[in-house]
Amino acid sequence: MATSSERSPPPFPDSEDQYVLDSEEVGGRDCDEEDGEDLFMSAIEPPLTDTTLPTASQTSDDLLKPPSDIMNNPLNEPASGQTQNKPASAAVSEHSDDFIDLTNNVVATLKDATEISLDEPSDDFVDLLGSETEPPREEVVLADVSVEAVMGKSEVAGSDTDSPGDGKQEAKESSPVPIIDLSESSSSNTQQPPGTDKVFDPLADLLNDSPLITDAKNPRSTTTDPFIDEGSDLFSEPWQTKSAKQPQKSLFGEPDEDLFGEPLHTISKKTLNKEQKNKPVTTKAAADDTINITGPLQESKPVEPADLFSEEAVASAPSISNTSKASAVNAKTNGVLSEEDTDIFAEATVELSLDSPRTERKKEVIDKPSATALSLSAAASLTMPQAAALEELEEVEEEEQEDKFDIYVSVKDPEKIGDGMNAYMAYKVSTQTTLAMFRNKTFTVRRRFSDFLGLYEKLSEKHGPNGFIVPPPPEKSILGMTKVKVGKDDSSAADFVERRRGALERYLQRVVNHPSLLQDPDVREFLEREELPRAVSTQALSGAGFLKMINKATDAVSKMTIKMNESDVWFEEKLQEVESADQHFRKLHTLVESLVIHRKELSLNTASFAKSAAMLGSAEDNTALSRALSQLAEVEDKMEQLHQDQAANDTFSFAELIADFIRLLGAVRGSFDQRMKAWQRWQDAQAMLQKKRETEAKLLWANKPDKLQLAKEEIAEWEAKVTQYERDFERVSATVRKEVIRFEKEKAKHFKRQIVKYLESLLQSQQQLIKYWEAFLPEAKAIA
Amino acid sequence: MRSVSVDLNNDASLLIDIPDALCERDKVKFTVHTKTTLSTFQKPEFSVPRQHEDFIWLHDTLVETEDYAGLIIPPAPPKPDFESPREKMHKLGEGEATMTKEEYAKMKQELEAEYLAVFKKTVQVHEIFLQRLSSHPMLSKDRNFQIFLEYDQDLSVRRKNAKEMFGGFFKNMVKSADEVLISGIKEVDDFFEQEKTFLLDYYSKIKDSTAKAEKMTRSHKSTTWNFFYLFIFLTLKLGKLSDLFEKLRKVEGRVASDQELKLTELLRYYMRDIQAAKDLLYRRARALADYENSNKALDKARLKSKDIPQAEEHQQQCLHKFDKLSESGKRELTGFKGRRVVAFRKNLIEMAELEIKHAKVSNIMTGSHAERTHTLLD
Repeated sequence: MATSSERSPPPFPDSEDQYVLDSEEVGGRDCDEEDGEDLFMSAIEPPLTDTTLPTASQTSDDLLKPPSDIMNNPLNEPASGQTQNKPASAAVSEHSDDFIDLTNNVVATLKDATEISLDEPSDDFVDLLGSETEPPREEVVLADVSVEAVMGKSEVAGSDTDSPGDGKQEAKESSPVPIIDLSESSSSNTQQPPGTDKVFDPLADLLNDSPLITDAKNPRSTTTDPFIDEGSDLFSEPWQTKSAKQPQKSLFGEPDEDLFGEPLHTISKKTLNKEQKNKPVTTKAAADDTINITGPLQESKPVEPADLFSEEAVASAPSISNTSKASAVNAKTNGVLSEEDTDIFAEATVELSLDSPRTERKKEVIDKPSATALSLSAAASLTMPQAAALEELEEVEEEEQEDKFDIYVSVKDPEKIGDGMNAYMAYKVSTQTTLAMFRNKTFTVRRRFSDFLGLYEKLSEKHGPNGFIVPPPPEKSILGMTKVKVGKDDSSAADFVERRRGALERYLQRVVNHPSLLQDPDVREFLEREELPRAVSTQALSGAGFLKMINKATDAVSKMTIKMNESDVWFEEKLQEVESADQHFRKLHTLVESLVIHRKELSLNTASFAKSAAMLGSAEDNTALSRALSQLAEVEDKMEQLHQDQAANDTFSFAELIADFIRLLGAVRGSFDQRMKAWQRWQDAQAMLQKKRETEAKLLWANKPDKLQLAKEEIAEWEAKVTQYERDFERVSATVRKEVIRFEKEKAKHFKRQIVKYLESLLQSQQQLIKYWEAFLPEAKAIA
Repeated sequence: MRSVSVDLNNDASLLIDIPDALCERDKVKFTVHTKTTLSTFQKPEFSVPRQHEDFIWLHDTLVETEDYAGLIIPPAPPKPDFESPREKMHKLGEGEATMTKEEYAKMKQELEAEYLAVFKKTVQVHEIFLQRLSSHPMLSKDRNFQIFLEYDQDLSVRRKNAKEMFGGFFKNMVKSADEVLISGIKEVDDFFEQEKTFLLDYYSKIKDSTAKAEKMTRSHKSTTWNFFYLFIFLTLKLGKLSDLFEKLRKVEGRVASDQELKLTELLRYYMRDIQAAKDLLYRRARALADYENSNKALDKARLKSKDIPQAEEHQQQCLHKFDKLSESGKRELTGFKGRRVVAFRKNLIEMAELEIKHAKVSNIMTGSHAERTHTLLD
C-alpha cells in the first residue's frame, strides 16, 4: 500500500513525507515559526485599556518570547551545541574587534535610535517611549534589541562559520525577522560590510550615548553559545533587569530573600539589587512581589558579584577603559565568563541610573508594569491578560512578601465508615509543620467530608465579609456519594473518592497557605483536635441547607439590585477578567472532560481489540505469525493501560485543577460581592445620615427642641456609622485587592506546577509506549 | 511473494497503476495507467478512465467465469465512502457562524486533510485490485481484464437494475443455503477439510478483529479531534501550551491513521481475501457435490440402463472439473497462506516501527516543551 501511495497524485500529501518534514521541524528550528505565532498571540491578548501601561507590558511579553523560543533550539540538539561552541566564540572575538572600531564611529543619533526601535515587533513600546522621551530608556530598549540580534547572529556564526551571505540568511531564520531588519536599517549609517558585522551597528549607535550599556550587553550576548543552557536566562534577563530594577529595591534590603534559582540569573539579579542600594535614587520603590513568582524557593547565591559590583560602581565613569575591558571579555569568551560578565553588566546599569537620576520617577512608571507583566506572563502561561493588574502594584507592597509557611497538609486513606445510606467517608488529615503555633511537628486526625465543609462554613462566615477569598471545598455530590455508599468496588466510585480526596487535599493546602486563614483558630482546631464537633449545617437536604439556599437567592437578588457606580477602574477590570476567566475555565473543563471520556472509550476499544487479536492469534496456523499476533494482543493490552493512565492523568492534572479554579473564581467573585455589600452599607448609611439631617432641619424649623436633641444624637450616631462603614469599605477593598493579586499568583504557580507534572507524566507514558513497541518489533520480524 | 503492501508487480511485462483520480460528486473517476511489453496489447503504454462500477463489473465477470472457479479471485475494492468527512464538512458549514475565522480555517484544513486521506485510500484499494490481477498468471491473461485496461472509451458498464440486484441477493441466499446443504458432504481430501475449518474459524476471528480495530481507530481519531478542539481553544485563549497540544495532536493523528493503514486495512483486506478463498472452497464443494450427484445419476442410469453414456460423460466431466478445482485450489490456498504471512509480517513491522517513531517524536517534543516550561515559568 505504501508503495502505491507514493505514486498517487500530488494533491495527496504522502503521510510519511510529511512526517519527515515535521519531525525535522521538531528536532531542529521550529522555533522561528512559533515566534511569529507567539508574538501574534500575545499581541491580541491583553485588553488595552490604559494607553501606557498595558502596552508596556505587552511589549515585555513579546520581548520575552523570542529568546526563549530560540533557546529551545539548542536544547533540542544538545550534541550540536557542543560543536557550536568553538565557531561561535571565534566569531565573537572577531566581533569584538569590530566593536572597538565602531566605538570611534560617532555617526548615529538619537533619532536613529528611535527609528530602529520602530522596526521592533513591539511598536507600542516605542510609542510609549516616544511620549516619555527619556533618552537613556531608549538606549536600554535598543540594547536589548541588539542583544537579540546579536544572539541570532552568534547562533548563526555557530552553525555556519561566518560566511556573511549565508549568515544573514540564517539569521533571518533563527531570529525574528524584524530585528534583522532593524540592524540592517541602522547599518546604513555605518559603512560596515554586510553579514555578521551589521548586527553590531545598533550597538555602535548606542555607544554614543552610553557605551557602557552596550559593552555590557555585548559580552553577554556573546556568552550565549558557550552556555547554551543558560541562554534563555541571559536573554530574558535584559528585560527583567531593566524593568524589574526599581521594584526590587526594597526586596533587596533583605538579603535572605533569594529570588532566583539559577546561578547565572541570580548573579546578575543580585548585582542589580546591590546596585540599587548604592544608587542615589529619589523614589522609594515598592516591593514588587510579583517577581517572587519567577523563582519560588532558592539557594543563596554568591555574594562576590555584588561586591565586585560595588567596587565597580564607584569607578563608574564611562570611559574607553570600560570598553576595552569589555572587549577583553569578548576575547576571552571561550572561558566561563560569569564573573566578568556580571560586573560589567553591573557597571552598565549603574551608568544608566547615574545618567538620569531625575528620570527615575518616570521610569518607575514604565518599569513596574513591564516587570509585572513579564513575570506574570512568564509564570502564568495559562492565565488571562494581566495588564490591568499593573498600575495597582505600586500600592500593593509589603504584604506581598512570600507567604510560604512551613506547613504541609496531606489528606490520605479515604475510608468508608458505616453501612448503607448512613455511611460516610473519613480521611486522614496529616500535618507536618515547624510552626510554633502548633503543639507538635506532625500530627494526624481523621475527618469526614462534612467536617471539611464545616470548616469552610466557619471560615467564610468569619473572613468572607472582610473580602478574603476563602478557598472553597469540593461540592457535595449526592450522586457520587450514593455510588460510594451503594457500590462495592466499582471503579467509578473509586475514581470519585480519589478525585474528592485530591480536591480536599488541595483545598486544605490552600487554606493553610493563606497567611490570614492559617491564623484562624478553627483551622488549627481542624488540623489538631482529635474530636471535632459534628458539623451540622452542611447537609444539603437539611433545614440549614434550605436556609442557605434562601440566603443565596436573596443575595443574588440584592446583587442585581445594587447599582454600584464603581469608582475604581481596577476592580471593574478585574471583575470582568474574573468573569471571562470563569467562562474560559468552564469551557476548557468541558473540553478536557470530553477528552477524558474519549480516552476512556479508546482504552475500552483497545482492550476489546487486544482480546480479539489474541483470538486471531490462536486461530492462525502459522506458528510465528500466531505468536506475533498474541504478542500484539499483549502490546495492545498494555496500550489500553496507558490510555487509561493517560485519561486519569488528564483528569487529575487538568480537569481537577480547572475545576478547582472554577470554584476559586466563584470565591473571588464572592469577595467582590462582599466589597459591593460593604459599599452598599456605606451608601445606605450615608443616605440615612442625609435623612436624619433633613429631619433635624425640619425640626429646627418647626422649633421642637426636645426632639432636636434626639435628632442630633442620631446624626452623630450615623455620622460615626458612615465613617465606620467607609473605613470598612476601604479595608475590604484593600483586602480584596490583595487577595485577588495573591490569587493570581497562586493560580500561576499552580498551573505551572501542574503543567510540568502533566508533561512529565506524558513523557513517561510515551517512553512506556516506545518500550512496548520496541519489544514487539523483533517478534514481528521473526515471522517467517 | 505477493502481499497487500508489497509491490505486486514482480513481472515487468504488465505494470498498472492509478496515478490520478477525480472526484465528481458521488463518482470517482480513476485514471488507470498501464505499461506493458506484452504483445496482446496494441500499445506499450496507455491510460483509460475508469469508475468504481467498472471495477465491480470486472470482478463480477471474473467470478462468473467458469475457468477461474479454482482461483481465489482478488476481492473487489469497497465502494468509495466519503460520507464521514463530507458529513463533518457539512457540520462545519453549519457551525461557521459560531466560530472565529481562524478556527474555521483550521477546521477546514483539518477536514480537507481527512478527506484526502480517505480519497488516497480509495485509490489505493482500487490499484491493489488491479495489481493483484496483473500479477496473477491466469487472471492477467483474462480478456475482460485486458479490455478493461485498454479500451479507451467509457466502458459504460450497465449499472445493475433492480431485478439484477434482487437476483444477486437471491443468488446469495441460495448460495448460503447451498453451503449449509453441501456442508454435509463428506470431504475426500484432508487438506481441504483442514483448510475449510481453518478458514471458517479464521474468518470469524478476523471479522471480529477488524470490527474491533475499526472501532479502536475510530475512537483514536475522535480523541485526536478532541485534542484538536482543545488545541483551538488553548490557542485562542491561553497561548503557550497550545503549540505542544497542536504537535501532539498531529502525531496522535498520525498514529491513528497509521494504525488504520497498517492494521485495520490489513485486517479488512484479508477479511475480504478470506471471503474470496471461502468462495473458492464453496465452488469446489459445489463441484464435489455435483460430482457425487452425477455419480448417483450414473448409478441410477445404470440401474435403469438408460442414458448411460450421457450420465457417464457427465460424471466424467464433473470429476474432471472437481479435480481441476482441487488442484488449482490447493495451489491458490497455499499461495494465499504465504501471501498472508508475508503481508502480516510487513505490516506489523511497519506499524511497530511507526509507533516507535511517533512515540519518540512526541517524546522529544514533550521533553523540550517541559524544559521550556521550566525555564519560561521559573
